[in-house]
Amino acid sequence: MVQTDRQTQTNQTASQNGNILEVRDLQMHFPVTSGIIFQHKVADIKAVDGVSFSIKKGETLGLVGESGCGKTTAGRCILQLYKPTGGDVLFEGQRLNDLSARDMIPFRRKMQIIFQDPYGSLNPRMTCGDIIGEPLIIHKLTSGKGEYNDRISELLTVVGLNPYMADRYPHEFSGGQRQRIGIARALAVNPSFIVCDEPVSALDVSIQAQVINLLEELQDQFGLTYLFIAHDLSVVRHISDRVAVMYLGHIVEVADRDELHENPQHPYTKALLSAVPIPDPVMEAERERVVLTGDVPSPMNPPEGCVFHTRCPAMIDDCKRGMPELREISPGHLVACIRAEGYGAYE
Amino acid sequence: MASVLEIRDLATYFHTHDGVVKAVDGISYEVDEGETLGIVGESGCGKSVSALSVMGLIADPPGRIERGEVIFEGQNLLELNDAEMRKVRGNRISMVFQEPMTSLNPVLTIERQLTETLELHLGMTKNAAKTRSAELLEMVGIPDPARRVKGYPHQMSGGMRQRVMIAMAISCNPRLIIADEPTTALDVTIQAQILELMQSLCQELGTALIIITHNLGVVARYARRVNVMYAGKIIEKGTAREIYADPRHPYTLGLLNSVPRLDEERGVKLVPIEGLPPDLIELPERCSFVPRCRYAVERCMHEIPPLEAIAGEHLSACWRSGELAEVGEKAS
Repeated sequence: MVQTDRQTQTNQTASQNGNILEVRDLQMHFPVTSGIIFQHKVADIKAVDGVSFSIKKGETLGLVGESGCGKTTAGRCILQLYKPTGGDVLFEGQRLNDLSARDMIPFRRKMQIIFQDPYGSLNPRMTCGDIIGEPLIIHKLTSGKGEYNDRISELLTVVGLNPYMADRYPHEFSGGQRQRIGIARALAVNPSFIVCDEPVSALDVSIQAQVINLLEELQDQFGLTYLFIAHDLSVVRHISDRVAVMYLGHIVEVADRDELHENPQHPYTKALLSAVPIPDPVMEAERERVVLTGDVPSPMNPPEGCVFHTRCPAMIDDCKRGMPELREISPGHLVACIRAEGYGAYE
Repeated sequence: MASVLEIRDLATYFHTHDGVVKAVDGISYEVDEGETLGIVGESGCGKSVSALSVMGLIADPPGRIERGEVIFEGQNLLELNDAEMRKVRGNRISMVFQEPMTSLNPVLTIERQLTETLELHLGMTKNAAKTRSAELLEMVGIPDPARRVKGYPHQMSGGMRQRVMIAMAISCNPRLIIADEPTTALDVTIQAQILELMQSLCQELGTALIIITHNLGVVARYARRVNVMYAGKIIEKGTAREIYADPRHPYTLGLLNSVPRLDEERGVKLVPIEGLPPDLIELPERCSFVPRCRYAVERCMHEIPPLEAIAGEHLSACWRSGELAEVGEKAS
């Protein structure tokens, strides 16, 4: 009963604020086990540790962070590819966490993913047409061979490939073309929401721009909502409306793309921005650089207190007291740092 | 300023079953003492092969250096035999590779890998080399070097391994370090750490540095001069400031317009370079960029443009380099 109450409640909030996706206090702790026969849990890898955000319909939220910060895990938890160990994932107001695999099927049609590695994410033994057509068969979206083939041709054209390429195998395509196949496969079921998990990081610069433009065009054409996961801040800034910065399983800052760039508040965001070189030697000569020391700590043994304090140039003693919550310091700008302007007193 | 390295008309071909791959096809450039040179281009443009050719690391067969000269400290490296080359490699010229995972030996301690070079090239005793290797780790900013030096590569993060690679590269005080995509496998904050480290070490030691990368931002930040490569050739070179402010080859212009910039305005559309880089087997007698070029004219179809001076150090291999500034504005 509690469940249904919660659902009606969340249904209302979803329709009120126009959010297609809401993530509340999401946790994904992977157990670390020891022993061969009698396995017992010895620790947790806190890949995602209390992440909350929402995405409006038609919006692109960029999720940026370094490897191991939990951004990919967060994306997969949203799609229920991993069962989150805590928190809520609400898609169009429906809580997805406890759905069975069968009950998830209608949602899988609405939520798709584009993977990072265009080499590893396509089955080498299937033709490009079969790869794109498989979702159509699984979700029974076409009746008859003719319609099926027409749909594949249409999808190939939409992503800028030629329909006659349907009979080719993945190895016959270049990296950029393969990523287009991955995009066509995601589009096959007419989704409303797509998780783009580093879709361009494996591609060459000139090809990156082609795929980014394609994703933008498709968003306009089909009214898609994206969660765009990447480590490259300049790509994220280009494609996103809002950007969330993740560090070691936590979101440390969320803001509008321009606000984040012009007025970053979290020291990690500042360092991340300063680490990205701008292709302009004149500007680069004048830029101030914040170089962080050390490596990202292990998510198995995250630092006590604020997870960033071990590398933070602005660290004070209070930072060791606990992970600061994400607070809104100006409309739409949230930050989790006790030293940020307007953050208020630490409790 | 005197140049440490001078490459003249270097060509490296790979003889494969499908035909001859002209990976590097007649490139010339020089590196001045203590300067940082950037070589930029996409995968398969020949930037890594040109570096490996300098180091004498091209596997033969299938690869072969067909012609050219690599003059280092007044000596043509291509004329040296294997034993002589070994004295130069890792000693006077050293290299930092892209993959810090695979370029260190997983079964040897960090210490053993560092002392090997020191004993071989500098004739140090075992104990002196051991002391020196801990010092080197300290120079590249590895905390607790005395303990770390006894460890193995798998106990280190990617950034730390790349630091070990750099320690190895500077161990014999080389005149030149070639860094082949040194930070591509690393995260942005670690990338910044590594590049800052390389730059400050090179300045300190007066070492010249060649940074090979596909990242235009990295070149803009660290290199004084830049070579842009496409399909085995240098198609534009000059100082970084000239090239970024006034690109005179459609490919360079295309690259600059196709990368999203951190400082761009909202709603800016990227202008990608359409098409794909050419297959390097049997390249026709024409400018290799023609199929993707939006400014191509009749002449580009049957004559290969030479690398010609525009102003000062700035050279471009395009028939329309002189008018590109005006043509580019009209087109956009």
